[in-house]
Amino acid sequence: MLPTRTVNVQPPPEVRRRTTLQMISWALILLVIGLSFQGTEVNLKTLYDGLGNSWRYIFGDPTRPQSGFFPPDFGKGGVYLEQMLLTVKMAVLGTVGAIILALPLGFLAARNTAPNAFVYQITRRLLDVLRGLNEFVLALIFVAAVGLGPFPGILALVFHTAGILGKLFAEGIEDIDEGQVEAVKATGARPLQVLGRGVWPQITAHVLSMSMYRFESNVRAATVLGLVGAGGIGFYITEAIRGFDTRAACAILIIILATVFLLDFLSAKLRERLT
Amino acid sequence: MIDIKHLHVNYRGKPALQDVTVHLGSGFTAIIGPSGAGKSTLMRSINGLVPITDGDVLLEGHSIGKPGSAALRAQQRHMGMVFQQFNLVRRLSALDNVLLGCLGRQPQLLGALGLAPKADRAFAMHLLDRVGLAEHAWKRADQLSGGQQQRVGIARALAQQPRVILADEPISALDPKSSEQVMHILRSIHEDDGLTVIANLHFLDTVRQYATRVVALKAGQLVFDTTPDALTRELTRELYDHDPPAVQGAEPPVSVNQLASA
Repeated sequence: MLPTRTVNVQPPPEVRRRTTLQMISWALILLVIGLSFQGTEVNLKTLYDGLGNSWRYIFGDPTRPQSGFFPPDFGKGGVYLEQMLLTVKMAVLGTVGAIILALPLGFLAARNTAPNAFVYQITRRLLDVLRGLNEFVLALIFVAAVGLGPFPGILALVFHTAGILGKLFAEGIEDIDEGQVEAVKATGARPLQVLGRGVWPQITAHVLSMSMYRFESNVRAATVLGLVGAGGIGFYITEAIRGFDTRAACAILIIILATVFLLDFLSAKLRERLT
Repeated sequence: MIDIKHLHVNYRGKPALQDVTVHLGSGFTAIIGPSGAGKSTLMRSINGLVPITDGDVLLEGHSIGKPGSAALRAQQRHMGMVFQQFNLVRRLSALDNVLLGCLGRQPQLLGALGLAPKADRAFAMHLLDRVGLAEHAWKRADQLSGGQQQRVGIARALAQQPRVILADEPISALDPKSSEQVMHILRSIHEDDGLTVIANLHFLDTVRQYATRVVALKAGQLVFDTTPDALTRELTRELYDHDPPAVQGAEPPVSVNQLASA
């Protein structure tokens, strides 16, 4: 028989403390979920009762001819495609503008490249603000400033996306291998050269990958910016639904979905090659 | 060449170098000592990569200057640094990595954009050829073996057209064959080009084979400064507190007690 001796199986105090903290955290999460039901009128019975209405809205009411989304009405297909192309252009320019803004902001918002703690904090907070303002809110502001059309939509995408990309770029910059940067510094290179030849090659793939990812999101966002008058296909879908032309709305939705699927697929393929 | 005067360097509040004074003239100087003795800190403070707490480092009579200063950058251009982990920019080609050594001579913006003049490109290619890697010039650095990466690192240091090569444990991460190639190149730089070479080395046989002078550090202090021939067993036992590593792969076994106290 193997020799045995008494060992203490009680976890040490720090492990017990950690376990208690974890249990408290889970309790708090459950409390937040529970409290979220208050005042939000979530009711499964209402959903169940409304299923019939949704069915009739989408697939048609036998008592009302021409109701429902099917078959889709591609009568103005040319206009919808043109507007979809405009929407994609909005996403392209919105993303490119955002990258141009986000790159310098990213360098200023990364601990290892910010000139000092003050600039780092100010830039981080500015990015928080840009990210916190939803595209819709920004679009409403820019519609008031420059009028209706795609331009305010593009501006909304530029500023909101700059907030997101700036933070993502900064995180990519903070993750670089400092040894490679140090080697460039050790040659006596000047600060811009260190950024260009020591930092930039390390973050290029990250920057391109994140930018493509945001482009996909911006195409989806741009399809609904028209709801607030900021141009693109969103305007046409709003008009179709408001005018009870649900079959035209269906045709527009099909065009949007097909475009989003296609661009997501192409973008994902591109990102695969980049990383 | 390099005058180190009463150098003190504190690292995270603890003294890493204490009152080190030494003149490193032309030759091949090996810095030896146990792990944590301050060898890398000495090398990095000569190059201005770590801030000096007190004392001074002078290159040909000129103080190396404060971190981030133009004076320091001007001095760094005369000192080619070779790193233990090579520190190549992994996504750049071998040639582009060598061209990094020319940045100090290029206009800031052109250098930042990687637009090197034709003469620099030809020079970088010549250096790659010298370290036996001309045919790998267009390969990305992360596709090269460790030994090849270190040779690119040496070519990058030479591209600076330096007066001194500082090699911080240049062969610690390499297999014996690659180590030999790297050491041969470093010796050729010293003997054929007449450059001062200062290298942190771990293995005493390598020191005896290549160095012309040996400076030993222990616990941040200079303990002896001698020639490789004068490296007696007693001297090295005293330095390492046990028989020192003579050849690569012959590190003394670590005892259970050492592991427990680590």
